[in-house]
Amino acid sequence: MPQFGSFSLLLALGLSAYALLAGTFSLWQLARGTPSSFDAECLLETSRRAGIASFVTLSCAAFALVWCAFTNNFSVAYILHHTNRALPGPYKFAALWSGQEGSLLLWAWLLSAYGFVVRARHKVDVRLSAYASTILIGIQVFFVTLINFAAHPFSMVTGAIPADGNGLNPLLQYPEMVIHPPMLYLGYVGFSVPFAFALGALMMRYPGEKWIHITRRWTMITWLFLTCGIFLGAHWAYSVLGWGGYWGWDPVENASLMPWLTGTAFLHSVMMQEKRGMMKTWNVWLIFSTFLLTLLGTLLTRAGLVQSVHAFAQSSIGDWFVGFMIFTFAVCLFTYLRQRDHLRVEHRLDSLVSRESSFLFNNLLLLAACFTVLWGTLFPILSEWVQGTKVTVGAPFYNRVGVPIGLFLLFLTGIGPVLAWRSTSLRSMRRNFILPVIAGLGTGGILMAAGMRPWQDEATLYALMSFSIGALVVTAVSSEFLRGAAVIQQQTGRNLIAATVELTRRNTRRYGGYLVHFGVVLIFIGIAGSAFNQVNEQELGFHDAMTIGPYKLVDQSYTQDDNPNFRSEYALLDVYKGNKKIAQMAPEQRFYYASQQTETMVANNSNLERDLYVIYAGKNPDTGQPIIKARLNPLVNWIWIGVVVIILGTGVALVPSRRVLSNRSRAIPEREVAETDQAPVHVIVAGGD
Amino acid sequence: MTGFRNAVKFLRLWAVVLAFAVLVLPTLGSGDPSNSNERFNKLGHQIMCSCGCGQILLECNHVGCPASDGMRQELRAAMEANSSDKAVYDVFIQKYGPVIMAAPVFHGFNILAWVLPFAVLLVGSLAAASLIYMWKRRNLRQLPAPPPPLSGAMRDRIRRETEV
Repeated sequence: MPQFGSFSLLLALGLSAYALLAGTFSLWQLARGTPSSFDAECLLETSRRAGIASFVTLSCAAFALVWCAFTNNFSVAYILHHTNRALPGPYKFAALWSGQEGSLLLWAWLLSAYGFVVRARHKVDVRLSAYASTILIGIQVFFVTLINFAAHPFSMVTGAIPADGNGLNPLLQYPEMVIHPPMLYLGYVGFSVPFAFALGALMMRYPGEKWIHITRRWTMITWLFLTCGIFLGAHWAYSVLGWGGYWGWDPVENASLMPWLTGTAFLHSVMMQEKRGMMKTWNVWLIFSTFLLTLLGTLLTRAGLVQSVHAFAQSSIGDWFVGFMIFTFAVCLFTYLRQRDHLRVEHRLDSLVSRESSFLFNNLLLLAACFTVLWGTLFPILSEWVQGTKVTVGAPFYNRVGVPIGLFLLFLTGIGPVLAWRSTSLRSMRRNFILPVIAGLGTGGILMAAGMRPWQDEATLYALMSFSIGALVVTAVSSEFLRGAAVIQQQTGRNLIAATVELTRRNTRRYGGYLVHFGVVLIFIGIAGSAFNQVNEQELGFHDAMTIGPYKLVDQSYTQDDNPNFRSEYALLDVYKGNKKIAQMAPEQRFYYASQQTETMVANNSNLERDLYVIYAGKNPDTGQPIIKARLNPLVNWIWIGVVVIILGTGVALVPSRRVLSNRSRAIPEREVAETDQAPVHVIVAGGD
Repeated sequence: MTGFRNAVKFLRLWAVVLAFAVLVLPTLGSGDPSNSNERFNKLGHQIMCSCGCGQILLECNHVGCPASDGMRQELRAAMEANSSDKAVYDVFIQKYGPVIMAAPVFHGFNILAWVLPFAVLLVGSLAAASLIYMWKRRNLRQLPAPPPPLSGAMRDRIRRETEV
């Protein structure tokens, strides 16, 4: 099987290289428009088919590696280093992406899968798809070359083959780890598709904005995968690492956040290009940057440039990525300089107070956030170069610099939707903002009356601002829903819920987007809860008790368990609120035999109000007594609920709108509707974003 | 001219809000905590654990950490010996180097770490606002003649077509 895998990889390289050369040559011939002795269209078709075949061969290679993991083939070095016989089946499958070589194979395979879909749907626009397909295969050639020559997943063990493998990193032996990395990779790799379409459209001077319509779904799905990947990672960190937080500003976490921020900016600003033919250069560079940031993230993860708790940190493939990034940037820059006149805008901004300018400032804030994360991630290296001393850039930096930017973004989330396209008058602003502002200020006032003291510490201040701005945003978004639903209710006589559903179905993109904003507010509320975290740590003998907030934890027993993969030791704690027993919790510590590593398994009792998060922190070597660390983390669940709402909202936005008014929309094209003061009724009810 | 006045008002509002973010927010709520536990909690969240786990000192919980317990005791001792937070931090910097602080100390080259993100945002905002202002003026100069008033038939058609 390893030989089959190696052969598949070589074949994939040959097919990808052929597809790239044939695609590039035939597109060049077609662009020149001069008659030649061969049929360029025919050659282009062979390139497309070679691309599809490369997906098949890479699928074979991925299958071969998984097969080797399931059959305990320790003659393959990768399988030896990342699995063992006692490893449960799902984690053997996860071994595909738990190491450097396997994860690069996963990357290449996902890229070929995305390419397969692009090539299978090439009839959407044959020529543009051909450009995008050739660019995608170019990226694929890089990754397949890498796994063939620099990080081969089927390298064989030299000498005697050990009887058992070294096992999977215990931290990765958690159900979410089976889906978190593939989600993240689907997001990372997925941004290659809008990038390829954008670059292709620019290369061929594609007329109009159709390429945006073609890639809109790709971008949204990719963004959704990346969002899910990031938050699955956060949930994994929260559930497994046992430090009570979900985001540690580790460089590898930052690496995933940066393309997410620029991707979010792109999703917003691209609407301005669709609606009003604006910001074309900006959008092209946003998607270029997003793709380059996915490469930078991979470079940071794998080249050991910055200190990280993640596993891939030391390897020699950094130079490959640096080279590829420089090459990609050069191609982007060259194409832009050659074709920049094609990006001439059709309209310019008319007013500072308009939907367009809110998108512009939203983009500015998202890019400032991205710059902050990039700057914070790279500053230790810069400091070492300039000062000769390394510094740490951790949570306190990001909290002070990043949180204010995040709060502004949240604020814009609320005010953007109630501004009209082109220009908004003061009267309209007053009318649309009065209720949200009252809600925001009222929430702040109530919370302060209830005892929140924002001057006490930074965290409380930010929490108060999050709750207040959150209330403002929710009111603004709800009033948008209600205003539109009221019109439908008035016209059709349906009840408010049915009218709201109808409203959403008529413009899924707009109202799906509002749901996403609502999810963002929930996430902010969940994060704001961290200002009120409580911690208690105590040695706990039999029948001893400890308190945290209103809860009392009473130790009932300590038990041990054993299986072929690990030995565990856990405490059984009864949880009381007042005199009522509400739960029993079992925080655990495991010792994994293969890797000889000890890990904690957190016990978490969670509801909408708070998480009671209990860690078995080992035994005191002096007294032999177990140490229990308990944390009371308020509102954390709202973060995960917010993510579900974001998924739901994106799902709604992906559903095509009902075209009940399509004929009417054709009669009065939306771009020609002069929106000065307030969006016209048909726009509110069914039309524009 | 109403639009222009609105724009100026909006720009002024944005500048105030941004200035608030840059100048005031980071300094608010950073007063010294009143009791020693709060101070311990505050200072312990500004220092890294030296074991290499990459965690904040008070959040390092990995099993058998050789450093965090000792460092917590050192922190308590330094707090008792020094009344100012800076002096406590200096004790740790002298012993472990600048890398022990969870964020760059606001001094020398490190100031750049703190200032640059806000400077980028500020410059970006000003550039965007100036650009919009410039475009707006240009648009005003190139304003086409107003369209003829809508006819009754057209009004009826619009009403008909926008009915739900």
